[in-house]
Amino acid sequence: MTATIDTTHDLSQPELQAAFYDLNEHDHPEGGSTMLGFWIYLMSDCLIFAMLFAAYGVLGGSLAAGPGPKDLFELPLVALNTAMLLFSSITYGFAMLAMEKGNKGGTQLWLLVTAVFGGAFLSIEMYEFYHLIHEGATPMRSGFLTAFFSLVGTHGLHVTFGMIWLFTLVVQIAQKGLIPANKRRLMCLSLFWHFLDVIWIGVFTFVYLMGML
Amino acid sequence: MHPLESRLNPPGRSSGPSRFLNLRALSALALAGSLAACNTVVLDPAGDVARQQGDLVVISTLLMLLIVVPVMSAVAIFAWRYRASNKDARYEPDWDHSTQLELLIWTAPLLIIICLGAVTWVSTHLLDPYRSIGRIDARTAVAADARPLQVEVVALDWKWLFIYPEQGIATVNELVVPTGRPLQFKITSSSVMNSFYVPAMAGQIYAMPGMETRLHAVMNEPGKFVGLSANYSGAGFSNMRFAAHSVSEDQFAKWVGKVKASPMQPGPIGEAADDPLKNAPPPRPVGGNLDRAAYLELEKPSEKVQVIRYSSVAPDLYDAIVDMCVEPGKMCSSEMMAIDARGGLGKAGIRNVSMLEYDKNGRAEGSKATANPNDAVRKELAWVRALCRQIPGAAPDGTIKAPADMRSLNGAGLAAPQSIGLGDERAAPAARTSPVEHISLNSRN
Amino acid sequence: MATEAAVDHSHWSPLLGRLWLDAIPQEPIVLATFVVVVLGGIAMVGALTYFKLWSYLWKEWFTSVDHKKIGIMYMVLGLVMFLRGFADAVMMRIQQSMAFNGNEGYLNAHHYDQIFTAHGVIMIFFVAMPFVTGLMNYLVPLQIGARDVSFPFLNNFSFWMTTAGAVLVMMSLFIGEFAQTGWLAYPPLSNLAYSPWVGVDYYIWALQIAGVGTLLSGVNLICTIVKMRAPGMTMMRMPIFTWTSLCTNILIVAAFPVLTAVMTMLSVDRYLGFNFFSNDFGGSPMMYVNLIWIWGHPEVYILILPLFGVFSEVTSTFSGKRLFGYSSMVYATLVITILSYLVWLHHFFTMGSGASVNSFFGITTMVISIPTGAKLFNWLFTMYRGRIRYELPMMWTIAFMLTFTVGGMTGVLLAVPPADFVLHNSLFLIAHFHNVIIGGVLFGLFAAINFWWPKAFGFKLNQFWGKVSFWLWVPGFWVAFMPLYVLGLMGVTRRMRVFDDPSLQIWFIIAGIGAAMIAGGIGAMLVQFAVSIWKREELKEETGDPWNGRTLEWSTSSPPPEYNFAFTPIVHDIDAWEDMKRCGVQRPTSGFRPIHMPKGTGTGVILAALSTICGFAMIWYIWWLAAISFAGIIGYAIFHTFNYKRDYHIPVETVEATEAARTRQLAAAGA
Repeated sequence: MTATIDTTHDLSQPELQAAFYDLNEHDHPEGGSTMLGFWIYLMSDCLIFAMLFAAYGVLGGSLAAGPGPKDLFELPLVALNTAMLLFSSITYGFAMLAMEKGNKGGTQLWLLVTAVFGGAFLSIEMYEFYHLIHEGATPMRSGFLTAFFSLVGTHGLHVTFGMIWLFTLVVQIAQKGLIPANKRRLMCLSLFWHFLDVIWIGVFTFVYLMGML
Repeated sequence: MHPLESRLNPPGRSSGPSRFLNLRALSALALAGSLAACNTVVLDPAGDVARQQGDLVVISTLLMLLIVVPVMSAVAIFAWRYRASNKDARYEPDWDHSTQLELLIWTAPLLIIICLGAVTWVSTHLLDPYRSIGRIDARTAVAADARPLQVEVVALDWKWLFIYPEQGIATVNELVVPTGRPLQFKITSSSVMNSFYVPAMAGQIYAMPGMETRLHAVMNEPGKFVGLSANYSGAGFSNMRFAAHSVSEDQFAKWVGKVKASPMQPGPIGEAADDPLKNAPPPRPVGGNLDRAAYLELEKPSEKVQVIRYSSVAPDLYDAIVDMCVEPGKMCSSEMMAIDARGGLGKAGIRNVSMLEYDKNGRAEGSKATANPNDAVRKELAWVRALCRQIPGAAPDGTIKAPADMRSLNGAGLAAPQSIGLGDERAAPAARTSPVEHISLNSRN
Repeated sequence: MATEAAVDHSHWSPLLGRLWLDAIPQEPIVLATFVVVVLGGIAMVGALTYFKLWSYLWKEWFTSVDHKKIGIMYMVLGLVMFLRGFADAVMMRIQQSMAFNGNEGYLNAHHYDQIFTAHGVIMIFFVAMPFVTGLMNYLVPLQIGARDVSFPFLNNFSFWMTTAGAVLVMMSLFIGEFAQTGWLAYPPLSNLAYSPWVGVDYYIWALQIAGVGTLLSGVNLICTIVKMRAPGMTMMRMPIFTWTSLCTNILIVAAFPVLTAVMTMLSVDRYLGFNFFSNDFGGSPMMYVNLIWIWGHPEVYILILPLFGVFSEVTSTFSGKRLFGYSSMVYATLVITILSYLVWLHHFFTMGSGASVNSFFGITTMVISIPTGAKLFNWLFTMYRGRIRYELPMMWTIAFMLTFTVGGMTGVLLAVPPADFVLHNSLFLIAHFHNVIIGGVLFGLFAAINFWWPKAFGFKLNQFWGKVSFWLWVPGFWVAFMPLYVLGLMGVTRRMRVFDDPSLQIWFIIAGIGAAMIAGGIGAMLVQFAVSIWKREELKEETGDPWNGRTLEWSTSSPPPEYNFAFTPIVHDIDAWEDMKRCGVQRPTSGFRPIHMPKGTGTGVILAALSTICGFAMIWYIWWLAAISFAGIIGYAIFHTFNYKRDYHIPVETVEATEAARTRQLAAAGA
């Protein structure tokens, strides 16, 4: 109802000013909101995937008298693919540990190992796509294939951008070292990379496993 | 008010006593005097379904006015009383909370919404367009043995096709129905979304390609009414109107006879819509028998189409339209869905796209793709058909039968109005072994 | 009727894609507009060059990351697009009031259908959204005692992406065509088969590019509100406008990705032949309708919530009273935020869902009216026992309360499914949503502009012309839209170009008169701005607190210095500035420190320009250009991340000089 400072009448003007103004303010460290902001962005990205999952849920059964999941998916290949992505998440974790220790070279090394696994994941995915399209199972063939290619492809595009980002960071660490700004970026990419892992677990379960089993 | 309107809607007609009569009289007052003077067909329609819907508009409005009128008055009163120049009014700059008032401002709207919610729940179920109607008007229940008149409605670019399956006739842009007889409309579209709407008869329902929606209604008064598409569907949309005639049973029978005897009419079918050079082909006669070929010709975009009457109609045409397989050499979507439900055709079916193409590359392309199916396609299609015939069970019909007596809906006897689930063919009883010719694809699926 | 759609646009060349001479519209009205716009554009560019304003604009505005300047630029964008959107509205009113008795009117279908589509798209995406975002951008940091937003560069980038979308929509007027699908572009009509040329592609890319801006600005403002509040400002001490902004931005972040996803699906259908929404091959057009409304309904609340905040601030300030029921206002806002995701199906009861589904969504819709009603009561009781000063913002607020109540009522009416069956897609529906959007969003914006203009520019707006505008707008609105309610009850539906029934004409003519009155209102408002700028010395506002305000933005000078607050205020009460005034705190005049601020950058402009080119190339199938500009976007964005020096300190001398000037100004004003 009323001001929480009840005794204002007794305060002198300098005291009042000290109560109502931050007179000894220091610079706020830059990037204080970055992690929160990036997290919110990731959640919005998650919604895009949610829509693609929903579309797959709706269209997944619309085979248009064409092939279905059982005719097309090869679980061993997908399992290998999943392993690549999971490994890349682990190695990214090692990169973060190295960063925490201030080990610049180690960070870069583990990032590059992550990139190798990420690259392997993308290559296997592209092989799978190429194979499907070569057989005629294109996204144009049916609602199911449309939803499948869109969901998996969107994930793949995210991984691709993650890779570009990763290489950029390797260069930036080389130039500037593990300065706070770069650490923050590494943290963000870490969130992004693990987020893609989680999405992939969803894809693997919802699309591949449930399609095959 | 206007000569045309009064002819369409005779002012002297007796609307018959109804429990909403008083409300309607009130509404004339409440919804401004001028409304009563013009032809507000939505509030004063000729069909019982639209009547109930219109009454609901009035009831809901009155319910809400219970709170809207006091609020608006209070705005005006407070705005005047607490103006800065009025120093007599109390001024309490720090007064910002009152538990009683808070309680009031949350519960008063809540109570109204509870009432309105109850009205909504009951009326939405009673007036579900998928339910066959239970009454002709407030006093007359539908006779137990009454059969509704079936009309199959197809929204075309940009005209309406009405097929009367029992009479074996079809018309374009002319709907004629007997007054006082329950009507059952099955509605679909050939290309894009439209909305089938005869304001004087009943509320609208979307017409969508490859799907069937339904509408049950009745016309209680004779007359000529406006029908239209209420959902924008492209360049010729504005002229997608038709006349809906409500006539006596005798006149209806006479009209059917007339249509059956109607000869070919001189063409063309309206104005060609995509003809840049205006060198339209010489007018071809229309009418006669509406077979698949005639339908494919009719289906091409045209606007401002005159009334066309077909003395006969291919019996399976409507189902083929819903199934998107009017052209020879097309797989019906019901067949496609039945196959999909069993896991598709595998890699063997990967390249059979021409028999599936409907309008992805334009309706004309889709038509052309299989206009003259070769032997290979024929064989494949025969195989598909044979395959489908083995599938036991089809989706149950989407129609819901309503009780003639509304009392059962008041609570205790309230059964879920849909006797079917939300249309999962896969859940259909496997015991039914009748050969499948057509799976109903209504939009509830 | 030979529509232009019938012209063969199917040719393609590697260099120019689908772009060729047939892209220049042949309709004389468009051609004339084109000539006027080109001449006007040349005149403006010439004037800017002559007065050597380019470098000023570039340095002080285009590349600025100052939230206040970005906020103002958003408002300017909204105003410019508002004039375009309103011109579309006038053209529709004229067409509909003359096309009777076989008269085709003056617009053919191809032109008319673009106009109503463009009107909807522009008014929602490029008028209401920029206005609302601009307002939040300008006010939120000031209200929470911050010096800028969390991500100042991102803010600049967001603005330019929104502008890029607007630029694409404007280009469609003169190069090619805009969509002829209605503002939500339902497939199958918006599929390639039925909309083969560039219209829908313009629609898709304009929305996609602007959508990026909207989403990022949403993320930005959430972070700002969560992280950058002044010390002492707990969540339950935030000004109510900040609260509504927070909820709006949460809605943005939770809704716009859906739009992005849906637009992407529609574009892969159109560009690559996918089957998300096709009729054949197992696609589902109904899925589009569901998905687009899952975005679309929250969008309605994205637009209205901040204005609810504005009305709260205005009512409390001009009643000279604390806001009644602050916490119930906050909870009402939160309830609306959550419920807005549970009502989307009420936009298509007529698609044939079961009665139980329809009832569920109908009832959830009605439930939203409870918190909305509670808000109205809160304003009412804020006025109760107040001392209401009828300045322009308060006048708009009263007009809002009376107008919006009717709009809300017809909205609940439309939520009753059987009633909706007879009113859906009718002019009654059109009248309803204009009733809430004009009566709520626009009236709120006018209140806000009149309220905060002195803060932004240091002088008040001219009262006389403001009142002329008010008295033309408010009755004009009623004259324009009451006939539409009546026509809706007469069974007349939307998007019609010609009519049969001559008895309808009188209503359309009345509506046209209303539109003319509104045009007068808009004109008067422009005159109000011009006169006020002209006589800015007379209208000068030197105290920084012209209305006896209650929140922190009124504690600083008008216009606020670049750094907003020389010292960050400490908050002890909801109405923080009112509290400071009551306690008699004087602003400190010494002991200043250098202030840490972000630096301006041209990256936002460049990235948005590249996005515009990329969008344009995609629309016209100029693949090489699309590839190059896309690579350019990625490359430039990476290049930008190599710039680590994004901030600087305002030297203490500058701060001292600015604050000393402020002290002198206050002394002169006698405060």
